[in-house]
Amino acid sequence: MAEVLVVVEASQGAVKKVTLEMLTLARTLGDVSAVVLGGSAAAVADKLGEFGASKIYAAESEDLDGYLVAGKATVLASLIQRVSPAAVLVASSQEGKEIAGRVAVKLDNGLLTDVVALDAEGVATQVVFAGSTIVKSKVSKGLPIVTVRPNSLTPTPSPATPSVEQVEVALTDKDKLAKVVERKVEAKGARPELAEASIVVSGGRGVGSADNFKLVEELADLLGAAVGASRAAVDSGFYPHQFQVGQTGKTVSPQLYVALGISGAIQHRAGMQTSKTIVAVNKDPEAPIFELADFGVVGDLFKVVPQAAEEIRKRK
Amino acid sequence: MKIVVLVKQVPDSGADRNLRSDDNTVDRASASNVINEMDEYAIEEALSLQEAHGGEVVVLTVGPDRATESIRKALSMGPDSAVHVVDDALHGSCAVATSKVLAAAIAQQQADLVICGAESTDGRVQVMPHMIAERLGIAALTGARKLTVEGSTLTIERQTDEGYEVVTASTPALVSVWDTINDPRYPSFKGIMAAKKKPLQTLSLGDLGIAAGEVGFEGSTSAVVEHSKRPPRQAGNKIDAGDDGGSKLVEYLASEKFV
Ligand SMILES: Cc1cc2nc3c(=O)[nH]c(=O)nc-3n(C[C@H](O)[C@H](O)[C@H](O)COP(=O)(O)OP(=O)(O)OC[C@H]3O[C@@H](n4cnc5c(N)ncnc54)[C@H](O)[C@@H]3O)c2cc1C
Ligand SMILES: Nc1ncnc2c1ncn2[C@@H]1O[C@H](COP(=O)(O)O)[C@@H](O)[C@H]1O
Repeated sequence: MAEVLVVVEASQGAVKKVTLEMLTLARTLGDVSAVVLGGSAAAVADKLGEFGASKIYAAESEDLDGYLVAGKATVLASLIQRVSPAAVLVASSQEGKEIAGRVAVKLDNGLLTDVVALDAEGVATQVVFAGSTIVKSKVSKGLPIVTVRPNSLTPTPSPATPSVEQVEVALTDKDKLAKVVERKVEAKGARPELAEASIVVSGGRGVGSADNFKLVEELADLLGAAVGASRAAVDSGFYPHQFQVGQTGKTVSPQLYVALGISGAIQHRAGMQTSKTIVAVNKDPEAPIFELADFGVVGDLFKVVPQAAEEIRKRK
Repeated sequence: MKIVVLVKQVPDSGADRNLRSDDNTVDRASASNVINEMDEYAIEEALSLQEAHGGEVVVLTVGPDRATESIRKALSMGPDSAVHVVDDALHGSCAVATSKVLAAAIAQQQADLVICGAESTDGRVQVMPHMIAERLGIAALTGARKLTVEGSTLTIERQTDEGYEVVTASTPALVSVWDTINDPRYPSFKGIMAAKKKPLQTLSLGDLGIAAGEVGFEGSTSAVVEHSKRPPRQAGNKIDAGDDGGSKLVEYLASEKFV
C-alpha cells in the first residue's frame, strides 16, 4: 500500500489531538508514517503507534527548534522527494501552514489548506466564506499536500508498533534566518485548547467587563470546555486575543458552542458556524446569533448563566 | 530603508461572498471589494517605521483592474507610490503561482523590508508570506503583534498557542502582521486628494519576466473542482428566559448529553 506522511504536531512533548485526527484520516488513504520535525520522537512514539503509525521518521535537531519553520520545510521536502508518498498531511495551524507553504514552493507542488476531508482520489473538501460555501478541490501538480483543520473527524485508535528511522537534518544558512530568541509559555491552566476542545463557551461584549468573564470561565469549567471570546470582547480588553473566535481569530468546530452576549456578526460566525450544536444566551430576541442557534435563551446572561451553573452543580 | 507593503483586494467579508459558477474562482465582479483588513495594519506599520526611520513606502498589489480602487485607498493613508501587477493571464492563479509573481515584483523593487498581512479574508490561507520568503531566500517573521527595528536587525513578538515567541532576523526580510499590532490611521482629506496624484506603476507579467503559462489556470498547482452553498443552519428552539432560563438551558444540555 502507498505510504502517507503525517507531520506530527506536538507541544511540550505531547501529541496534539489534530495529529491523532490526521493519523486516523491517513489510515483511509494508505500506510501511515509519522514525521517528527524537531522535539523528541521518543516522547511521542507510543501515542503515534496507538493511532496506527507503522513508521516514524525522526528529524531531531536543535536547529529545527531554534529557528522558524524554514529548516523543517527543507527536511520535509527532501523526505518527500526520497519516499514519494501518496499524500502528505500537515496540521492547519500557523506553523503547519507555513511549513506546507514552503514545501509547496520548493517542490512546485499544489497545496490545499484548511481541509476537512480528503478522499482516496485526492479530492479535498474545504468550507470557505464564513462557512457558507463548500468547495471540493484537487492538487493538479504533484502529490496532495494538505493541511487538515482540527476537529474535522473523530480520532480512533488502531494499534501498531512503529519502526523509527532517524532522518538526517542538513540545513543551509537560508534555513537559519529567523532565529527564535525566546519562547514564553504562559500558564494556561487545566482548560482544553480552544481549537481542539469538544465544548467551547464564548463571551462577547454583552459580558461587560474582564471581571465578568469569570462567569464565562465558571460555566466553561463546569462543562469541561475551553473559553472563547468575540472580537468586541477582545478589543474591549475583557479577554486575551489568543482566545478570539472568528475570521481574524481561531476557527473552532466543537460538538457544542455556547455563545453568551454575542450578537453573531458574520465575522464571528466564520469561526464557529460548523459547530455541531450551538446554544446562545442574548437579551436581544432579534440578535442574529439566534438564526443559527439550536437552542436560544432570550434573557439577561447575568441571571441565566449563574442559574445554569448552579443547576449543573446540583446534577453532578 | 525601502519598505514594500503587500496589499490585496478582497470581497468584503461582511457581505455575501460567492464563487463564480463558470470557473469556480472568487466572484469579484458582483462583490463589494475592499482592502484586505490585515493589510491596513501592514500599511500602518510601514508608515510608522517611515516616520521613525525615514525612507520610502511602496504599495504592491497583484490583482485585476478594479484593484486600482484599493490601491488609491491604500495610498490615501500615506505611502509614497504603488506598483500594480495586472495581466489577464493571472486569472485563476493558485497561491503557489501568485507567490511567484509577488516575489518577482518585490525583487525588482529591491526592498529592505516587506510587510504584509498575516492572512487574507477571502482565502484565509496564511501561506503567502512564507511562500514569498522561500522564493526570495529572505527571512520571514510571521504573525507579528509587535515589531521593532534597530539598524538592520528586526525583532518581532508573535503569539503562539502556548504563549508567545520573540524572533529576530536581519534585513532584507519579510514581516507579516496580525491585527493586534497597531491601530490603522484613517485617511485624511488631504491624504485622499494627494493619493490621486501619487505615482502608480502598472506592470504586466512580461515586465517581470514571467510567461503566461506559469500562472493562471494553466500554471496553477491546484484547482477547485466544484462548489456548493452550504445549507444554512436552521434556527432551533428559542425560549424566553423568564425565571428559569438557566435551568431550561441545562435541561436542554442534559437532553443532548452535554451535562
Ligand atoms: C475584517 C473583520 C474581521 C473580524 N473578525 C472577527 C473575529 O474574528 N471574531 C469576532 O467575533 N468578530 C470579528 N469581527 C467583528 C464583528 O463584525 C463584530 O463586531 C463582533 O463579532 C461583535 O462582537 P459581539 O457580538 O461580542 O458584540 P456586539 O455585536 O456588540 O453584541 C453584543 C451582544 O450582547 C448582547 N447583550 C448585551 N448585554 C447582555 C446581557 N446582559 N445579557 C445577554 N445578552 C446581552 C446584546 O444584545 C448584543 O447582541 C470582525 C470584523 C471585521 C470587519
Ligand atoms: N494578490 C496579492 N497582492 C498583494 N498582496 C497579496 C496578494 N495575495 C496575498 N497578499 C499578501 O499576503 C498576505 C497573506 O495572504 P494569504 O496567504 O492569501 O492569506 C495578505 O494579507 C497580503 O498582504
